[in-house]
Amino acid sequence: MLEINHLKSRIGDTEILRGMSLSVNAGEVHAIMGPNGSGKSTLAQVIAGHSDYIVTDGSVSYMGKDLLELEPEERAREGIFLGFQYPVEIPGVNNAYLLKAAVNARRKHQGLAEVDAFEFLKIAREKMAMLGMDPKFLNRGVNEGFSGGEKKRNEILQMAMLEPSLAILDETDSGLDIDALRAVAEGINTLRAPDRAIILVTHYQRLLDYIEPDFVHVLSEGKIVRSGDKSLALELEERGYDWVHEAATA
Amino acid sequence: MTSENIESIVNKRYEHGFVTDIETETFAPGLNEDVVRAISARKNEPEFMLEWRLQAYRQWLEMKEPEWAHVHYPPIKFDEISYYAAPKSDDDRPKSLDEVDPKLLETYDKLGIPLHERARLAGVAVDAVFDSVSVATTFKGKLADVGVIFCSFSEAVREHPDLIKKYLGSVVPRRDNFYAALNAAVFSDGSFVYIPKGVRCPMELSTYFRINAANTGQFERTLIIAEAGSHVSYLEGCTAPMRDENQLHAAVVELVALDNAEIKYSTVQNWYPGDENGVGGIYNFVTKRGDCRGANSKISWTQVETGSAITWKYPSCLLRGENSVGEFYSVAVANNMQQADTGTKMIHIGANTRSTIVSKGISAGKAQNAYRGLVKIMPQAHGARNHTQCDSLLIGKECGAHTFPYMEIKNPSAKIEHEATTSKISADQLFYCRQRGISEEDAVNMIVNGFCKEVFKELPMEFAVEAQALLNVSLEGAVG
Repeated sequence: MLEINHLKSRIGDTEILRGMSLSVNAGEVHAIMGPNGSGKSTLAQVIAGHSDYIVTDGSVSYMGKDLLELEPEERAREGIFLGFQYPVEIPGVNNAYLLKAAVNARRKHQGLAEVDAFEFLKIAREKMAMLGMDPKFLNRGVNEGFSGGEKKRNEILQMAMLEPSLAILDETDSGLDIDALRAVAEGINTLRAPDRAIILVTHYQRLLDYIEPDFVHVLSEGKIVRSGDKSLALELEERGYDWVHEAATA
Repeated sequence: MTSENIESIVNKRYEHGFVTDIETETFAPGLNEDVVRAISARKNEPEFMLEWRLQAYRQWLEMKEPEWAHVHYPPIKFDEISYYAAPKSDDDRPKSLDEVDPKLLETYDKLGIPLHERARLAGVAVDAVFDSVSVATTFKGKLADVGVIFCSFSEAVREHPDLIKKYLGSVVPRRDNFYAALNAAVFSDGSFVYIPKGVRCPMELSTYFRINAANTGQFERTLIIAEAGSHVSYLEGCTAPMRDENQLHAAVVELVALDNAEIKYSTVQNWYPGDENGVGGIYNFVTKRGDCRGANSKISWTQVETGSAITWKYPSCLLRGENSVGEFYSVAVANNMQQADTGTKMIHIGANTRSTIVSKGISAGKAQNAYRGLVKIMPQAHGARNHTQCDSLLIGKECGAHTFPYMEIKNPSAKIEHEATTSKISADQLFYCRQRGISEEDAVNMIVNGFCKEVFKELPMEFAVEAQALLNVSLEGAVG
């Protein structure tokens, strides 16, 4: 589904990704781990198409298409979803309104009929119940005055509504207390599907206690330095990132 | 006045160097007493009206152009303006939409304006398109049944001189300000509305239905009188861009609400703003004031201002009756080189008077947008209350938002609240929306409409939908 080849990217004059490669197939859950500054979030932003991140080399293909050729909104409509580390507040714009516009933008692109307000609310309420969210969230401004946990839950709600083919969740576990973490993780688990790939970007292993990844990759200085199964995450937890880094440069 | 008299007046002016081009029915540029007389004569006005105009003209001569507004423009050459143009005859108009500027049609399309209306707006000879007269006649009949008078100002001067004498200039005096005085001297036409005692006007009154609405000209004058216990909602303007060759527009609107009466006045202003460099736009210098003359009366102004190169406009309320209520809801958009200096004045005179101000200013491009508001509590206005909310939204880096709130409180029992915010559409917000599959343009529209929704909900339903579309078109290309 996603093929990243020798990708290099910079923000300003700073090179962050330095030739990273990754292959993700439908149905798989990949965890990308690594210390701060290793390029995890950059990878997420580059896949989503943020214009601050300049791709200088390499390629990214998604479902056979050259992803780097597409505008951010086109990538989204093609089924790429980014769960933001810091979801932005948009005061005055109703949460339901944004979500309905997003759902219909994707449906329109897929050649499906747009959902009307009735249908939309019905689906949204179901998904919110699943995530343990209060339906009144729908009528608030987008992320306006939400707590950290509420924002992250809201991201997962959007993912549930948009049913992406590829979801990249950037530090979705950060800032969550244990109950919120469990709720978010359960939400993500219910969204695992044979036709969907998920990339979890995380600093800590604890999210992986709830969501079992098929693959774990360790990113260091803009490259994947080690890949393995879930046991790699446990080993990392025990030995720290220095261990991988040293092993890689040794 | 007989037609012979008119002829003699017009000809006499001619001797004095005043030229009337018979072909186009437009007076030669320049203003003097003879021009004022000629305008009045053209309109078959009674003597009192001419006298009133002349006094206004003399007062205007002694007045100075105001310079305090936060707007900049080259000096207006009042000698180079023509002060009277008769409505164009059908021969001068485009015969069909095929003859209309395609760019204008494109905009109509984006606004979703029905085909027959496009023709009317673009100035296509109306009778060739649809029968506006029959629509208006049905409409007039309905109003006449309940005693509502709704006609052009000129007609009111001729048919209802007592009402005009009693109320004209009673809210905005002739010498209120420079442009109000100019308007009083040379006003071209406008609307007159009279709602009798206890009548609830059975429909929204819109200039759309007024016969002779075409080309009311640059000096429009409106007078609305709501007798005790009556109610009226009036819609002015149009969401579609209006073409007009006159650069200076100085309108006056006077509203009078007697005991327990309510007037709701909604405006959508979309005059030509000029091109991206600000060339050719309309100067819109308007005086609008409502007088809550009776106890428990209410006047509510709602405006969506997106057009004009320069807007200078402060719809105000004189809250004289006890318990009277004034409201002002405004969305003012300034894009490219547009300049807007707009706001309101709430003058609390009676006891327990209340006012609400909600102002939403949006600036984009290189535009400058200022809110200027006055809340004045007079010594006798015990228990007066005001709530002001004043929000600015900036799009891009080169625009400006300015807020000038004035408060004069002369009664210690007053309760005044003022809230103000300034925010910016950030790149992060736009990226967030785009990552959800929403285009940048739609994202801007969504954010802007969210910002304005408190004002839109005050507009009559149909108008609100149009206003939203209008805002989207006005801000097209504002980002990126």
